[in-house]
Amino acid sequence: MAALLELDDVSARYGQVAALHGISLTVGEGEIVALLGANGAGKTTTLRAVSGTVRRSGDVVVGGRRLHRAGPEAVARAGIAHVPEGRGIFAELTVWENLRMGAYMRRGRPDFRQALEYFPWLESRRHQQAGTLSGGEQQMLALARAFLARPRLLMLDEPSLGLAPLVTREVFRVVGELNQKEGLAVLVVEQNAAIALAAARRAYVLETGAVALSGTADELRANDAVRTAYLGY
Amino acid sequence: MQTFFQTLFTGLSDGAIYGSLALALVLIYKATEVINFAQGEMAMFTTYIAWSLITHHGFSFWPAFFATLAIAFVGGVALQRTIVRPLERASVLTVVMATIALLVILNGLAAWIWSPQLQFFPSPFPTSSWVVGGVHISKQDVGTFGVVMACVLVLWLFFRFTKLGLAMRAGALNPDAARLLGVRTSWLLALGWGFAAALGAVSGMMVAPTVFLTPNMMQAVLIYAFAAAVLGGLESPVGAVAGGLGLGVMLNMLGQYVHPVTSELRLPVALAILLVVLLVKPAGLFGRVVVRRV
Repeated sequence: MAALLELDDVSARYGQVAALHGISLTVGEGEIVALLGANGAGKTTTLRAVSGTVRRSGDVVVGGRRLHRAGPEAVARAGIAHVPEGRGIFAELTVWENLRMGAYMRRGRPDFRQALEYFPWLESRRHQQAGTLSGGEQQMLALARAFLARPRLLMLDEPSLGLAPLVTREVFRVVGELNQKEGLAVLVVEQNAAIALAAARRAYVLETGAVALSGTADELRANDAVRTAYLGY
Repeated sequence: MQTFFQTLFTGLSDGAIYGSLALALVLIYKATEVINFAQGEMAMFTTYIAWSLITHHGFSFWPAFFATLAIAFVGGVALQRTIVRPLERASVLTVVMATIALLVILNGLAAWIWSPQLQFFPSPFPTSSWVVGGVHISKQDVGTFGVVMACVLVLWLFFRFTKLGLAMRAGALNPDAARLLGVRTSWLLALGWGFAAALGAVSGMMVAPTVFLTPNMMQAVLIYAFAAAVLGGLESPVGAVAGGLGLGVMLNMLGQYVHPVTSELRLPVALAILLVVLLVKPAGLFGRVVVRRV
């Protein structure tokens, strides 16, 4: 399988504090990959190192092309949609305006039909202020907005954060659908290892800024250390 | 009653000028939380350019007006790229200091290039009036009000209906999220400076026929614009324009009906209003109190 995203020995720091120590990982075309780990393990920083919102060293390769010191807008233009922690919704804008921003990089009049197939309820809420949506709806809006950019890779940071279990399941159902029907590759950071491993083909477990374990979802589910530390049984 | 309406119209015309400069301040403040103290001097400087086009280069008023808007826009973008952008990572206070330096530089430069002498700046509107039901409505007032409001309307349509305008609003609300969607926010900030400069040029060219052209002509207007912006809420474009109109009407009414408020007292009254608003309702009449979740 061709690697869509490749991280080779990537490190990152916040000021004097190193957050990542030489991470290497790959995401293949059309693959869902999960990043698991405890708080502060470097999951979020890994995504930020890819999208260029934190200074990094080491190589990030997208579709065979190295990203040089690219700022977030250039990484977005390379086909990577990053839904950050907290979702990055424009709370004061309407639902529709948020979606229009998703299609910002595309020429011509934005066509929302394809996105509305997956998020049909957005249509009736188009004039609602995005900040007044519920947490789950905001997460869905962030997903729809990211999808409208027509990315090759979707990076999701803790989509389950603050959501009820049922809503979380719904979010992952839509992510799975986008992956299967649209062939969208997904790199997802999750605290909830059970749901992430159910959705993903492969996963990496991070500990203190380095990859501690990696393998297919089945392998990791069968791993005793993963079971006691992250799955809790 | 006739005096009342005449005062009202003059007030709206003055207020439109304060409002447009206030809106220019708000455009930059909303995007970067920087108060651009050079906004008035930028307007003055571009008004001199218009004057120079008219008196030395044979332009008639309206071609000079639009050429000046274009020059102001390019100048505003250039200022952002050369002076403000290198200070991107500096504190807001540093940038504010830079705009104060720019104020002094532009003021000196204008005096040096065009001499500090008072110059006559032509008005595009006739000095006559319409008489409607005994009320004299000056064509100057109506014209000034109309031109400023037309510019504000164009700007509103841009922000409301174009993709670029939407991106500028989104970038001001949440620059990090906008960049993740591929928006080159740094260039949009430059665009904002361009619009602010052009809007300032409108207020300069509209006020110059009544106050005469001097390097200091915008200093009082800038204070009125500050008062208007604070009155409306620094975060609110609608508030800035409404604040400007309200202030213009209020000052003219006070001048007309309250005898101690002579023209010398207009500026102190405006500053008093500014202080009272800051003390009583810091978010302004149209502003929202922002509660930040920690």
